[in-house]
Amino acid sequence: MASKVLLEALSPTMEEGRLVEWKKNEGDPVRVGDVIAEVETDKAVMELVARGEGVLLKQLVPAGTTAAVASLVGIIGQPDEDISDLLGGSGAAPAPAKVAVTPPASPPSSPAASLSSPASPPEPSAGGRTKASPLARKVARERGLDLGGIAGSGPEGRIVLRDLDKAAPATGAAFAPAAAGAFHDVPLTQIRKTIAKRLALSLGPIPTFYLTTEVDMDRTWEARAALNEAGKRAGADAVKVSFNDIIMKATAAALTAHPACNAWWQDDRIRYWNEVHLSVAVAVEDGLITPVVRHADRKSLREISVEVKEMAGRARERRLKPEEYTGGTFSVSNLGMFDIDQFTAIINPPEAGILAVGSIVEQAVVKQGVIVPGRRLRLTMSCDHRVIDGATGAAFLRTLKGMLENPLAIVY
Amino acid sequence: MPLLTYRDALNEAMREEMARDDRVFLMGEEVAEYDGAYKVSRGLLKEFGPLRVVDTPIAELGFAGIGVGAAMVGLRPIIEFMTWNFALLAIDQIVNSAAKMRYMSGGQVGCPIVFRGPGGSALQLAAQHSQSFESWYAHIPGLKVLTPGTPADAKGLLKSAIRDDDPVVFIEGEMLYNVKGEVPEGEHLVPIGKADVKRAGSDVTLVCYSKTVTVALKAADQLAAEGINAEVVDLRTIRPMDTETVLNSVGRTHRCVVVEEGWSFAGVGAQVVDVIQQYAFDELDAPVLRVTGADVQMPYNKQLERAAKADPAKVIAAVKRVLYLA
Repeated sequence: MASKVLLEALSPTMEEGRLVEWKKNEGDPVRVGDVIAEVETDKAVMELVARGEGVLLKQLVPAGTTAAVASLVGIIGQPDEDISDLLGGSGAAPAPAKVAVTPPASPPSSPAASLSSPASPPEPSAGGRTKASPLARKVARERGLDLGGIAGSGPEGRIVLRDLDKAAPATGAAFAPAAAGAFHDVPLTQIRKTIAKRLALSLGPIPTFYLTTEVDMDRTWEARAALNEAGKRAGADAVKVSFNDIIMKATAAALTAHPACNAWWQDDRIRYWNEVHLSVAVAVEDGLITPVVRHADRKSLREISVEVKEMAGRARERRLKPEEYTGGTFSVSNLGMFDIDQFTAIINPPEAGILAVGSIVEQAVVKQGVIVPGRRLRLTMSCDHRVIDGATGAAFLRTLKGMLENPLAIVY
Repeated sequence: MPLLTYRDALNEAMREEMARDDRVFLMGEEVAEYDGAYKVSRGLLKEFGPLRVVDTPIAELGFAGIGVGAAMVGLRPIIEFMTWNFALLAIDQIVNSAAKMRYMSGGQVGCPIVFRGPGGSALQLAAQHSQSFESWYAHIPGLKVLTPGTPADAKGLLKSAIRDDDPVVFIEGEMLYNVKGEVPEGEHLVPIGKADVKRAGSDVTLVCYSKTVTVALKAADQLAAEGINAEVVDLRTIRPMDTETVLNSVGRTHRCVVVEEGWSFAGVGAQVVDVIQQYAFDELDAPVLRVTGADVQMPYNKQLERAAKADPAKVIAAVKRVLYLA
């Protein structure tokens, strides 16, 4: 039986997608799981895989076309199969939105009847809510997966356990922050509830305040220069470390010392993370995206540097997977390369803080009563006041500043 | 372990309990001179005499009532119904007298009685003689409902039923009487209210009882050939139900098919499904499906009768649906 190729929701927020390229031509044999097209979502270029087997009989949407999620874009079936009824009407018309399942007027009268009814072909959930088995919901919660980004293979596009295993194997390297001890939830105390309510009234929905500090970067400057010089001598596999890499490493280290800033606002509670997953804002052609360095607190400067370069590269090509740009616990945004002295960044919820990094400016500074040349960096932290109080954020920034002014403190 | 038929296992259970306790007696149609319509009471008249093995007229309400009265004054009657289809005539005694006696006497009078006989369909006995009534009795507070699926469970459960101080509805599988199985020698008691994992597996739980234990095991064998490991949970007791064993199994397999002989509507499987959805909701990867008898009067026609019954093919089809393989 021929099966429809529908444009699936390939990211949590995707409503439409541009079919970038067909990977299978009409007449090509297709097996379940084969990539049949590349689709650009609002976040990245993703692969659309076959849910049926046979031959790609029809491409209903030319490459370059934008179509709504759940639109019919192709047909898979047997070579000489009659698919006129599937094509009925306009080819690329969006599939009708699924209506709520109507229970049969009377329960199935016999198991024979109910058992022989054909299982519906897998379809993505169209328009309505995401359908998932209770087990899939539980496991997704545990693995920190967003069900919206997962294509369901069950009846009516229901997401079932095996779909999660495809999206993020339980044992694989993929992000699984819910390992025991990854975080602990603290229910809101009355004072936190009041703070949250009052401040959100004034400045909402995220009542943000900003803390700025100026950092003496002389020693980090020297340390970086020495490190990269040594690397150059060491040979080809040397990594050129950027200031941003060092700031990320220091931020991760400072967050472990100030877990109160490494947290998510969760409406009725605050989730304090025991792991640091650092989002880093990367400018792409027509927007920005935040790849996440997992366990940044446990990675070396070199590892962070390599990972950020690699992910930033793929981000610009729009080839990040959803699990690579979600699930961060704190963000770093750097506009130093654009000669911005300082700025305020906007919090990426549910994270509670983001660090805005300006450029390192050579200027006259006073040291021990004498005016001398110095290198200064301005860091501005945006804080969600429902989670982080002024003193809490200030203490974190002081630690971070201390680390950058004395880089050995990062590894202390 | 000796191999015994289900029939002989039941016979042994009654013989041992009658020898152990002289308050125990058997009463019913053809149980004495004829050795029972299905020969379950073979030899008991000779061994225990006509005071303890009593033939009755064809009057179910009457001899069920005599049994209830005897239990109230301290005896331990076993009332045999030739089949549970005929017990419909006696249901007032079972539901209104036996089940309620302890409660309505304020705990002064108990009713230690066993109502037993074959239930379910056999072969071409037609609409009136092919019915499964376990869900009717399981609905009633005050009754225990036992449905053994193997000779060993038949013996062990019947002995426990005879020793129980409350009324027990003991439904045998009419098609199981000739089935042979290993039965432990000596004192063998199976606790009431305890399910048994007849086959361990990891992919899907098959909940079954009585004749459908065989159906589920056959389905599990065929599924194993396809690489699907089904766990077979034999309820053995319908009420009180061993929900713990069922939930533990579903907690591991995340998928469940209930196999029962009776009709679907308000059947035993519906109760199993309720327990699972209530206490194992987050463990379910698929809706729990039921394989039941067809919702029709049992046809006399041989082919139609076969089509109306739960069988391994239907179980396999349901398993593939909960595994999203079909």
